[in-house]
Amino acid sequence: MAKRDDIKFLSNPNIGQSKKKYCRFKKYGIKHIDYKDADFLKKFLNEQGKILPRRITGNSLKYQRQLAVAVKRARHLAILPYVTDLLK
Amino acid sequence: MRTYEVTFIVDPVLATEEIKTTAQNYVDHLKSEKCEIVHLDDMGLRQLAYPINKRSTGAYYSLEFKSESGDIVKKLELAMKRDERVIRHLVVKLEKFAIQYNDDKRNGRIGRTLPKEEFEEPVAVAAPRPSVSATTEEE
Repeated sequence: MAKRDDIKFLSNPNIGQSKKKYCRFKKYGIKHIDYKDADFLKKFLNEQGKILPRRITGNSLKYQRQLAVAVKRARHLAILPYVTDLLK
Repeated sequence: MRTYEVTFIVDPVLATEEIKTTAQNYVDHLKSEKCEIVHLDDMGLRQLAYPINKRSTGAYYSLEFKSESGDIVKKLELAMKRDERVIRHLVVKLEKFAIQYNDDKRNGRIGRTLPKEEFEEPVAVAAPRPSVSATTEEE
């Protein structure tokens, strides 16, 4: 009889068991999102400068909303681009 | 008493002195309207993310002020709109967390020096917060 340890998996069984997402604003106690801090806001954008959805970043709704406002303010002030390629 | 913050971009083609006087003009303008100036932050010459009026750089200023009534906002916006030296402006009302954030930033309590290594790492802004609130309570 083959033991449990002998079984070789064709694919990595750990794939798909990713860590639980969390809202970093809640976790680290960030109460205010500064629209002038481009480097910080860039963490929540994709390469085209679009805002990443909550299902990817794990932000809570409250802070996702504030973040969206901050990004839009930054775009108005030309701190972040409206459209671009290769932001990172 | 409300706190507002106006961020504006001054045309970089102007002479350095002229840029400074433009910012000072608005400080004086607000003072004459009985506003209390909290801080004028010169963010320096920065690259714009996209060209505005065929300019690719701009001199950024951020001015935090307190005002008794909100009427000043309209006056200020009108003045900025008419001013050709200002190429972009944004007036926002600051809530209590924003005021604290700005205050902390000015006093260097927000750790911008913290290493920003990985995506998961605590965002630089985060760490010193708890101690900050503790100290302010004592005062």
